[in-house]
Amino acid sequence: MAYNWNWGVFFQDAMFGPGTYLDWMLSGLKWTVVVSLAAWLIAFSVGSVLGVLRTTSFRFLRGVAATYVEIFRNVPLLVQMFIWYFVVPELMPKDVGRWMKTGMPMPEHTSAILCLGFYTASRVAEQVRSGIESISRGQTYAAYAMGLTEVQVYRHVLLPMGYRIIIPPMTSEFLSIFKNSSVALTIGVLELTAQSRQITEFTFQGFEAFTLATVLYIMITMTVILLMRVVEGRFRVPGFIGTGGR
Amino acid sequence: MKRMMQFIIAALACAGLVATAPAQELTGTMKKIKDTGVIKIGHRDASIPFSYLDDKQRPVGYSIDLCMKIVDAVKAELKMPGLKFEFVPVTSATRIPILTAGNIDIECGSTTNTKERQKQVSYAYTTFYTGTKLLVKANSGIKSYKDLKGKTVAVTQGTTNERAIKALNDAENLGMNFIHAKDHNESMLTVETGRAVAFPMDDILLYGLVANHRSPKDWAVVGDYLSPDPYGIMIRREDPQWQAFVNKVIGGLMKSGEIRKIYAKWFLSPIPPRNINLNLPISSTLEQLIKNPNNEGV
Repeated sequence: MAYNWNWGVFFQDAMFGPGTYLDWMLSGLKWTVVVSLAAWLIAFSVGSVLGVLRTTSFRFLRGVAATYVEIFRNVPLLVQMFIWYFVVPELMPKDVGRWMKTGMPMPEHTSAILCLGFYTASRVAEQVRSGIESISRGQTYAAYAMGLTEVQVYRHVLLPMGYRIIIPPMTSEFLSIFKNSSVALTIGVLELTAQSRQITEFTFQGFEAFTLATVLYIMITMTVILLMRVVEGRFRVPGFIGTGGR
Repeated sequence: MKRMMQFIIAALACAGLVATAPAQELTGTMKKIKDTGVIKIGHRDASIPFSYLDDKQRPVGYSIDLCMKIVDAVKAELKMPGLKFEFVPVTSATRIPILTAGNIDIECGSTTNTKERQKQVSYAYTTFYTGTKLLVKANSGIKSYKDLKGKTVAVTQGTTNERAIKALNDAENLGMNFIHAKDHNESMLTVETGRAVAFPMDDILLYGLVANHRSPKDWAVVGDYLSPDPYGIMIRREDPQWQAFVNKVIGGLMKSGEIRKIYAKWFLSPIPPRNINLNLPISSTLEQLIKNPNNEGV
């Protein structure tokens, strides 16, 4: 294969804008992290609420949460990105739509964060539900027998246990959100993968760009794994999840 | 004397060997095609009228027709009437890595021949000549790139046009914002929905996009050429046999004038899917290139 390796490409002045191609990669890294963390905040909070709703005694709320989960986890992320960015502003009242398209700060990034957040929320919700449902019924009954209200049962019995049981699958969701953030390039967010593609197209040193991107993605995910390992070591319930992290 | 005889016999044998050996050892892409029995053609999905999908989702267009001539010539050259060809979709961003990795043997799209790209790939003779103009809404009042000061502009990621407009933006401090769409249709949609006011692209592709839009009269293609864009069929570099072969076929089409018929089919007649006629006669630059073919990049 006729490929000219050139690792020096990252120190070349970029085709346009200030800085080198390495700066492009670092800017991509920044947006990958920012978009993912912001989306994770949405995903974790919305997902937690939905997960709880899926297990409550109120049938209507269970239905609402189940509908949300099925819609958001069954529509491909790529399609959802497109809908949030191109379709939602057209469905809004005219002024709101125009604001979303031109007035809103960084429309691509905001749309990507919302989309990724609400999509991942559906997955987080299922993890929270499975955590709650894995706690033996006896504990719930015992809590009610002691005179706790439903809110108190969740607050003092189900959630403290549930969240600690689902730390390992939540770690996976947290990792996924960083990797899924690359889909945001389809609506023009110049994150890590998009910048690698840009560099490929302007310097034709694609293997170098994507190798560096791979290393940076691994660094992000390794950091997350180490962090979650600390969390797991601290909060795991002995006997419920393995002794991982030791 | 015995020595002499041996020498003569050896010399004759050598000459005989040379005479019976194949005319030319196959190398590079030619060898790959011969060995695998397949030629892989990279095509685009919305580069009208060069390489795009028709209403039956088949790749068609000017570049595709030129490539089919090459396929026919390969069949004849290798004496492989059963040679298969396979279409592989590529995008602006993937076409070069896919070609260098060997997943396609020839890229039949609308690729500008640039000196930088020539560090990784090679080109056949230039078969079309165009340049960057701006697609705007007809009622936008924008006449040139100077009107884009402080405005938002849609660019297709990884195109020479992106480079051209950003270079102008840097050089003249115009303070434009950019939206980086992933393909031409999405760039156009970005302008259509009002997120951006202009989309710089090769003018011929803009005419094609407008012609296929549901209401062409809403659009205008404006401005002077911001950059020259010669198109050529893209092939792997350092593959002289394949390059010479492709150029022989394209050069032949130019010499015989057959390329004019293919040109007329796509630029001077109604084309699928909407049967619109682009009505674009051969430019004087392309006329020169047909007379004196070259593959110089910009």
